Amino acid sequence: MKFIDEFRDAGLVRKLANRIAAISTKQARLMEFCGGHTVAIMKNGIRQLLPPNVQMLSGPGCPVCVTSNSDIDKVLALAKLPDVIITTFGDMLKVPGSYSSLQQARAEGNDIRIVYSTQDALQIARENPGKSVVFVGIGFETTAPTVAAAVMQADAEKIRNFYIICLLKLTPPAMKALLDLGEVKLNGIICPGHVSAIIGTHPYQAYARDYGVACVVAGFEPVDILQAVEMLVQQIEAGNPTVEIAYTRGVKEEGNVRALEMMRGVFDVQSATWRGIGTIPSSGYQLKQKFSRFDAEKAFVIDPGPVREHQGCCCGEILRGVKTPEDCRLFAKVCVPENPVGPCMVSAEGSCAAYYQYGDFHER
Amino acid sequence: MNDRILLAHGSGSKLSHDLLEKILVPPINNPLLARMDDAAVFELAGKLAFTTDSYVVNPIFFPGGDIGRLAVCGTVNDLSMSGAEPLYLSLALIIEEGLEIAELSRIIQSVKDTCDEAGVQVITGDTKVVNKGKADKLFINTAGIGSLPKGLDISGSNAKIGDKIILSGGIGEHGIAVMSQREGLQFSVPVQSDCAPLNKLVAAMLRASKKINCMRDPTRGGLAATLSEFALQSDVGIVIEEDKIPLHDGVRGVCELLGLDPLYIANEGKLVAVVSPEDAEKVLKAMKQNKYAGEAAVIGEVTAGHRGRVVMKTNIGASRIVDMPTGEILPRIC
Repeated sequence: MKFIDEFRDAGLVRKLANRIAAISTKQARLMEFCGGHTVAIMKNGIRQLLPPNVQMLSGPGCPVCVTSNSDIDKVLALAKLPDVIITTFGDMLKVPGSYSSLQQARAEGNDIRIVYSTQDALQIARENPGKSVVFVGIGFETTAPTVAAAVMQADAEKIRNFYIICLLKLTPPAMKALLDLGEVKLNGIICPGHVSAIIGTHPYQAYARDYGVACVVAGFEPVDILQAVEMLVQQIEAGNPTVEIAYTRGVKEEGNVRALEMMRGVFDVQSATWRGIGTIPSSGYQLKQKFSRFDAEKAFVIDPGPVREHQGCCCGEILRGVKTPEDCRLFAKVCVPENPVGPCMVSAEGSCAAYYQYGDFHER
Repeated sequence: MNDRILLAHGSGSKLSHDLLEKILVPPINNPLLARMDDAAVFELAGKLAFTTDSYVVNPIFFPGGDIGRLAVCGTVNDLSMSGAEPLYLSLALIIEEGLEIAELSRIIQSVKDTCDEAGVQVITGDTKVVNKGKADKLFINTAGIGSLPKGLDISGSNAKIGDKIILSGGIGEHGIAVMSQREGLQFSVPVQSDCAPLNKLVAAMLRASKKINCMRDPTRGGLAATLSEFALQSDVGIVIEEDKIPLHDGVRGVCELLGLDPLYIANEGKLVAVVSPEDAEKVLKAMKQNKYAGEAAVIGEVTAGHRGRVVMKTNIGASRIVDMPTGEILPRIC
């Protein structure tokens, strides 16, 4: 396939890997923030190609994984209300809340439908005027513009039975929170590709300047990722941390100005609860006052009940990069995809699932 | 006659009788079925294979096939994978009230066409009608019986170290075709289901070699599940090479877009065979002459290392585990 095969070229991959090995002398602890990167790295076996002093850690960039139990409980409570249709992206279905999951709630007879875009959810609202259609707004800055667009469209068309439960999260504040925690000494960050296509690279400047961490935005193919690693290693070797883009075909410095405008028009920034990290100020979105009639949490009275946390798993530490899945005693023994203990094993983009699914077999 | 199936069509009344006589039996009729007794009676000698499967695919018509063709192919292929020659099928329909009779007729015709292609006969059947909402248009169950040649022992537990893994063609086509249709996803390269009867392909392979140790059609769970089953059942390791696995652009494109792995997507007209190395070329050559296996390829081999596991050498020269699929395969968020 044109424009993809070039970025999977085995010869180019080998060349990049050799170049990285040749220039790398210092310890380079790199974190990929995005779950999509974690999957690509594991699926292609990229860690096997890197010299031992280049270490890859996985960050909190799986939107499903960082959604807190209390937020999932809210969605489940909404699903149980009469005449409510829940519309959601597929990978939310299996994630357990305190006591149940959307998959279980669906089996119990609640109307829960998988959609591929917010437009599908709007269409369901148009086709079911007698029902309340709630879209589970989960994701990062990549998903936020599509939610904003749906809200603006529903407002313009005066669709009165469409609601959003707004669980959207923002990546730069979470990165800052990890750096402030200081549990892992990072030398570089592989910045998310799709998120950066929206927000651009300005938010990362502070990490390079204030924390001395090299930042490179990467695409999702093996050549993209290795190119970003090479640029990070060059910055680290030169002792000159800065912000660069390896994914120039997808990301501009200023980001997507139009999408950012829409997001600013529809959402206010608020604090959000991240699983494994806790409450991070200014790291989430809520609907602006003028769109509050679309806010499911305001439109419905729900009682999600007491929150229960899953005991005994390291998802929190894994999301913070303090531990890798292999450090968890439950990993691949007790905690497996068919019997997941924590959310990192549930979501396809969760670190544990990616390590389990695609892990280098020498490690197991 | 009404143009839709009513509950009364399943009540044993005149209407049921008419449905059988006018719509269901004529297209697929044969001397054994025509007796219309409670059981079909026939003689068979020797070792037999017997299998059953139910078909609930939604939508019932999809690019490249329909539930009728699927119901015949699925059972024919299950029999074929044991090395048996499929002979007779049963056909049981569970119809949701309201199904258009014209649609039902198209499906029965498709059953007939597929039976003719495979050289098998439906010799007994059953029809039930359920209330609206209690089924999804049409569910079909078929059972099949086939006769096994003497001295044949094909099983998932027979893979031996050094054996070659042969795949009959591109993967993921059925699953992607059905998913695209179901979710109303419009792609510029439409993917057709590979739904096909494989008994003639298998017969040609068995004529070419007696050293086919395992054979299976990678349906639900895809190639990954089938190879994992071989590795576990035979207690051997399996190594496959990513760049040897045939994969059409349409399937690849949809998988890229939706974040799916074609190794886990269902096929309905492909098979995987584990063959002794000395006969691999012979078998491959025989396969390539069949219209459903023109792209057959050796994709890997059985190894002594990493028993019970399948490892894939990736396009970029690293390796990764190919694990059993778990749960429902869902598209990702971003």
